[in-house]
Amino acid sequence: MAAPVLQVRNLRTQFKTDGGLVRAVDDVSFDLYPGESLGIVGESGSGKSITALSILRLVPEPGQIVSGEIKFRNQDLMTASDEEIREIRGRDIAMIFQDPQSSLNPVLKTGFQIGEAMTAHKKATRHEAVQRTIELLKRVRIPAPERRAKDFPHQLSGGMRQRAMIAMGLANSPSIIIADEPTTALDVTVQAQILELLGDLNRELGTAIIMITHNMGVVAGLCQRLIVMYAGQIVEQGPVDEIFASPQHPYTWSLLKSMPRVDAVRHDRLRSIEGIAPDLLRPPAGCRFHPRCPFRVEKCLTDQPPLMQVKPDQMSACWVTMDRAREEMGAEGLTDISPGAASGLQPGKIIP
Amino acid sequence: MATAAAVVVAQELEPEQASLWSDAWRRLKRNRLALVASVYLALLVVVALVALVWTPYRMSAIGLAPTYSGPSAAHLLGVDELGRDILSRLMVGAQISLVVGVGTQLLVLAVGVPLGLIAGYYKGYLDTVLSFLINVFYGIPDVLLAMILVFILGPSLTNIIVAIVATRWMDMARLMRGQALSLREREFVEAGRAAGAKPLKMLFGHILPNALGPIIVQATFGIPSAILFEAFLSFLGVGVQPPTPSWGSMANEGVQAIQYAPHMVLAPSVALSLTLMAFNFLGDGLRDALDPRSRR
Repeated sequence: MAAPVLQVRNLRTQFKTDGGLVRAVDDVSFDLYPGESLGIVGESGSGKSITALSILRLVPEPGQIVSGEIKFRNQDLMTASDEEIREIRGRDIAMIFQDPQSSLNPVLKTGFQIGEAMTAHKKATRHEAVQRTIELLKRVRIPAPERRAKDFPHQLSGGMRQRAMIAMGLANSPSIIIADEPTTALDVTVQAQILELLGDLNRELGTAIIMITHNMGVVAGLCQRLIVMYAGQIVEQGPVDEIFASPQHPYTWSLLKSMPRVDAVRHDRLRSIEGIAPDLLRPPAGCRFHPRCPFRVEKCLTDQPPLMQVKPDQMSACWVTMDRAREEMGAEGLTDISPGAASGLQPGKIIP
Repeated sequence: MATAAAVVVAQELEPEQASLWSDAWRRLKRNRLALVASVYLALLVVVALVALVWTPYRMSAIGLAPTYSGPSAAHLLGVDELGRDILSRLMVGAQISLVVGVGTQLLVLAVGVPLGLIAGYYKGYLDTVLSFLINVFYGIPDVLLAMILVFILGPSLTNIIVAIVATRWMDMARLMRGQALSLREREFVEAGRAAGAKPLKMLFGHILPNALGPIIVQATFGIPSAILFEAFLSFLGVGVQPPTPSWGSMANEGVQAIQYAPHMVLAPSVALSLTLMAFNFLGDGLRDALDPRSRR
């Protein structure tokens, strides 16, 4: 296997707030390989966006990367100077944001903003940039690109704006595109088009994509590998197909259970995960998912499980793992997935 | 039927390329008062320009008619205590007022905008220092500061402008700082940073254009306030020095003779009032036109 284009090791990003220290990203490590499409899934506040922002050292105040190592090719991004990291942003690692409505400067013409992404890195002269902007807009399938380039952002539809953002991301042919929930603000048909576009670009240009989303469906359609985050930590990691076929962490399992699937053989009832995401000011002791986990055992309440190899390619941070839960607790036949229901440890109670 | 027609008309009125500025222009045109004010100000500029090369009489020529004589066919606005033609002096005075008003605001922009922009965008130490400075300057009585500066620097037109700027730059800096503080949190700024935009480009290419509306309005309102301040300084005798006429010094001379030659104080006062009103109406119109919330 080729060398990873991006290596993240033991990343910790924390926010010093008046209420105390929030460990938004707590010891996260992963690799991204060239041309790969990696999904990072988690609910709001699980640290997935902050992980992405940490890679580009764009963590908002009062957040701070306290430790860890981020290597792009052979360059350490943590020790790079401000000027060096600025050059990498947009040139080698581009980012696409959630809301295309507010990610484009409202008073500047769309084409101008895309061109600026190139001239900022001296990749093109003004004149070349205009030419290439039209090509890029064509590439992201915006009709009448010459006219749209002269439009202001508010004159474009939401889908077109997101396409323009993607065009801007592609402007300098980066090795990595980080897409932070790029489809959340769009309606469903447009979502599908944008995902298809990202998939095509990933295949045709060999651009590695980190797809940050809370939507398992998005991951299923686009990604090859998946990272599941919960409360600032990675709880499961592996190829998308294997995780979908056999999730090993109860959180991943519950997420998949709560997702409607058109291709399901048998339509089970959708299960919601009881309880709420933990308060990161006071994360629970032991496994952070234990208050909501149907399969918790005594050990989960006190000891924090490390990310362990459970299958050749698959890693999971769970003392029980779903294989055991299926055999010993009859996980698949379960109708009640409330906390502790399967293991019998204080069933129905959300233990802090 | 009527509604269908209205829809058609509305569609025809809708311009194809609607930018912030073309929208603003369309709304400004609908504001009669602002339009009249613009016409008045355009005329004032023409008059000031004409006065550069021609006035009915030389503005410093004395004894053109019996002193203090009122309006007549030869002297439309009468003559003053030295027998100088008031209309000619008023025309030259318009130059002074416009130069002071516009010049002051240009300098205020040059000082206030970069300071406010940097303080608001970077926050922290720089912002603390600037905010402190602003508050200190607000604390000093403006007339006193301006008079001291004019005494030290000497009463030339340039120095008067500098003195007025010293008392007026804080409004612009504070406005720009507030704009930058709010704009820096907008997602497009983060997106710009993520795209690797240089800090200067970020400040002047992305944040400043978004704040142009309020800045223009503030500058437009600043012009009459500077004109008035200059007139006030000249009225007190520390402004533009004779024989150069300023509306303020002309009013001062007129006040001495208000009982027997009221035209002397009326002429510059009316000119001053009309000009101030025109700038304020224009500023009002611009504020409505550039406010995105009033977009129709």
